[in-house]
Amino acid sequence: MGKLKFAIYWGAACGGCDVAVVDTHEKLLDIAAAADILFWPVALDFKYRDVEEMADKSIDVCLFSGAVRNSENEHIAKLLRQKSKVMVALGACAQLGGIPGLANEKRRQDILDFVYHGSPSTASQKGVYPQEITSVPEGKLKLPKFYDAVMTLDQVVEVDYYLPGCPPESARILEVVQAIVTGNLPPKGAVVGALDKALCDSCPRKREEKKVKVFYRPQEILFDPERCFLEQGLICLGPATRGGCSDPPRCIRSNMPCEGCYGPPPDVTDQGAKMLSAVSSIIDSQDPGQIEKIIDGIVDPLGTFYRFGLPASALRKKRFP
Amino acid sequence: MDNFEPKIIGFYCNWSSQMGIDSAGVEGASYPPNLRLIRVMCSGSVDPEVIIEAFKKGADGVVILGCHLGNCHYRNGNYNALRRYRLLQKTLEQFGLEKERLRLEWVSVAEGKRFAGLVGEITEELRRLGPLRQFS
Repeated sequence: MGKLKFAIYWGAACGGCDVAVVDTHEKLLDIAAAADILFWPVALDFKYRDVEEMADKSIDVCLFSGAVRNSENEHIAKLLRQKSKVMVALGACAQLGGIPGLANEKRRQDILDFVYHGSPSTASQKGVYPQEITSVPEGKLKLPKFYDAVMTLDQVVEVDYYLPGCPPESARILEVVQAIVTGNLPPKGAVVGALDKALCDSCPRKREEKKVKVFYRPQEILFDPERCFLEQGLICLGPATRGGCSDPPRCIRSNMPCEGCYGPPPDVTDQGAKMLSAVSSIIDSQDPGQIEKIIDGIVDPLGTFYRFGLPASALRKKRFP
Repeated sequence: MDNFEPKIIGFYCNWSSQMGIDSAGVEGASYPPNLRLIRVMCSGSVDPEVIIEAFKKGADGVVILGCHLGNCHYRNGNYNALRRYRLLQKTLEQFGLEKERLRLEWVSVAEGKRFAGLVGEITEELRRLGPLRQFS
């Protein structure tokens, strides 16, 4: 068998997934021994034209990180789908929309207004916005179209496997690549490199009783590093998040509550809804007024419960009048 | 928009509110046909995922009906419903859904007429708000 052919791409992403690939350290050389990397814009100098000229299905595996936010992301996602045998959504953005997906709480125009005019650090000329086509003496300059909403990869092309995380743990990437190299592939559509059980299942913290009268944000209190975050009034997305990032989970070990980047466990269609259900069940009050007050302590429920998954959620985007 | 008829999904509990709705019929009270009722064992058993699914699939409003506080057949299921409802309503407002689109109401055995009036009031409110905008 010849070497496997890999492509690694980023859509609307921060590059953290690419760093996670590089963070496999010397194991990256094992990947390079087993596979040729044909396309990896972050690390290697290839052009889109090089991909366009490849025969269909000539790439064995494409690791696609990042959400789909503009026409360039969509074009390359479709191109790589056409050229690849196996398409892997790498990381929270490709799987669920990720942090860029939080922009689905804003209107397209409001984002452009803020970025090109409103933000205090921007010196802007009034009325100047990026144009898809700009004519200059040398010809026409093109920019990708900025879409109304952020989409997940599978809202644009068919995805074979999902490798969750923000970013995915390097060890998990390696396991999945090894599974692919050895031909040990799970059924199509599977979430790989993660467990089916919720994060709480692998959490080492002490659990006693969940009765909360005040919700805090992590900067507001000194909390017990041994005890369940939720029991201390800190919102931890463990109950509504897939476990398996690492054992014990890294964020928890570093004394930070889970933020939910590994996405919902199987059979949960809306991670945020499940989480808000869990949170409301630990509120310790039967008085409507007090319940109201306790809930007011959760400052941004949408941003908290849908932090990594707004575009993949049932409602996907805010409705504007 | 003048002839817009809202679709309303109502989850009602098997106990007080079931008998309350039944007594509306016995008393001959009428209410708009916009409400589609789904029976559940307890108002506290309505998962927010299901409510969101209803909105996703085209409901313009959702109403949850349970026993009055203190009267829950399962002692405190309606308190669970109350806590969950307030947090869900706050979240849905961030999604751009007016808070009137999700209602939680307590209906007792003796409140058949009140229930009928309530459905009329909710339907009117949703007519005023217009259809829920779907994701396009």
